[in-house]
Amino acid sequence: MKILVCIKQVPDMESKFKVNADGRWYDAADLAWRMNEYDEYAVEQAVQLKEQVGADSDLTVLCIGPERVKETMKKALAMGADRGVNVADDNSHQKDPFEIASIIAEFAKEQGFDLIFTGMQSQDRGSAQVGVLVAELLGLPSISTIVDFSYADGRISAKRELEGGVKARVSCATPALVTCQLGLNTPRYPTLPNIMKAKKKELLSVELAELLKVEGKQETSKIYFPEKKGGGLVLEGDASDLADQLIQILKEKTAVLA
Amino acid sequence: MKTLLVAEYRDGKLLGSTYELVAFAQKIGAESSMFLVGSETVLPQYDGTLYLADSSKYGEFNPAVHKQLLLDVIAREQPEMVVFSHSSYGWDLAPRISLALNAAHISEVVEFVDGVPVAPVCNAKLRREVKANTVQTVVSLQAGAFGLSSDPVGSPRVERVETDTAPQIEFEGYEEAEAGGVDLSKAEVIVSAGRGIGKPENIAMIEALAKSLGGEYAASRPVVDSEWAEHNRQVGTTGQTVSPKLYVACGISGAIQHLAGMKKSEFVVAINTDKDAPIGEVADVLLVADLKQLVPVLTEKLQIL
Repeated sequence: MKILVCIKQVPDMESKFKVNADGRWYDAADLAWRMNEYDEYAVEQAVQLKEQVGADSDLTVLCIGPERVKETMKKALAMGADRGVNVADDNSHQKDPFEIASIIAEFAKEQGFDLIFTGMQSQDRGSAQVGVLVAELLGLPSISTIVDFSYADGRISAKRELEGGVKARVSCATPALVTCQLGLNTPRYPTLPNIMKAKKKELLSVELAELLKVEGKQETSKIYFPEKKGGGLVLEGDASDLADQLIQILKEKTAVLA
Repeated sequence: MKTLLVAEYRDGKLLGSTYELVAFAQKIGAESSMFLVGSETVLPQYDGTLYLADSSKYGEFNPAVHKQLLLDVIAREQPEMVVFSHSSYGWDLAPRISLALNAAHISEVVEFVDGVPVAPVCNAKLRREVKANTVQTVVSLQAGAFGLSSDPVGSPRVERVETDTAPQIEFEGYEEAEAGGVDLSKAEVIVSAGRGIGKPENIAMIEALAKSLGGEYAASRPVVDSEWAEHNRQVGTTGQTVSPKLYVACGISGAIQHLAGMKKSEFVVAINTDKDAPIGEVADVLLVADLKQLVPVLTEKLQIL
């Protein structure tokens, strides 16, 4: 069984963000980078499937982006992927979901993957489009937003997460693509031996020009910090003083201490 | 401008988000028609043409078939904009439609500023204006971003639509949220734990604070996903929607999905080390502090009141 998992490197969301020089994206300097959280679940599920299928399985991890994304790819390799493919692109942050999906589909189209895993969205852009677009471009069925996954005899069964805690049970034949929601599984921490092993795994680079054959349909014209609304009170200081101030406020503004 | 609104129906009910689409069309001053895979027994209150496919025939979740039904309607109506809710139904179907139409799809739109769609970036810490390079566009609207100012009225002109497209996916049924446990919607005070609590043992201090305020404790999604709290205590779009008199968010950054579940709270207190955390946008009071220090002190003082 051939399996592909697509991952993205994103900044730690706790970072202090700044707008970049052209005002159209966040500044990449001084950020801590990590694997998109949704993709950690995708990698884990792909590795679990590989373990289930056994010797006759092969797992590739694909990531588009500049040199630094290789650090994130190494984590996926240490979690259990067999090889990495980096589509080298210093301007991946300017690509729209259609361009990103087209690059992935172009890479995947001749390879005969039985299953493709992606995160359901990225933490930075959050469009939630790429996975479904890849499947559509490849003519595959796709199931988005899964929180449960199993595979047997050429069919996948999954649960989609809907609003309000409701889930939908669905199934389809492979080849297929699934997009992974948070909570799908418990992503493993790479062990030291596996981190060492990962250093010897194949990490290929592919030129963007070989795979990018389309033009984007949208662009970010401006990025900015939202205005602070409502004029909420911001209090800083020592814990004991803050507690006293808050109790006073709750007495004045709410009825909960009455 | 001509828009086509893609309404949603689940488990025999029309979803309320349908009226957010109507509100959006009104707000941008656009003409609209509507598409729904649903039932004629549950029609939206809407003055306009409703293209209706029968969900008992085409299923409530059946992407390949819904896609074809919708594409046929788009071919008839020729809308400049196709509007979805950014929901589990919308973000699944919208990319399929945008690709088939070769149209830009702008996700999770929170507002239109001078005709330009705006979407959140990085957990809503930033926002971006998005420019479409295609004439026809697809947009999906963030839940709760647009609302009707008055109750919906009207009855649609129904046009039935059919297709013989084959499904790709089998829908086997719904699984309801775990029953029992805590009904947070009735709690007057909720103290909620976010990722900032750091470790599962710290749930106890959140629970103690909740108790000292006579309320219930709750949690954000990452805390529930880490199994530090039960799912029946989760607040947010995939958990419960709450509107207590007081909501205390401890170590919760304020992801959009969480805010959607608690922003109707009467009074919001946030405790966070990050002054810029998006939770600050909905907080009446933001205490910039380490909750692990502040919460026990606050609990103690409340207990001796």
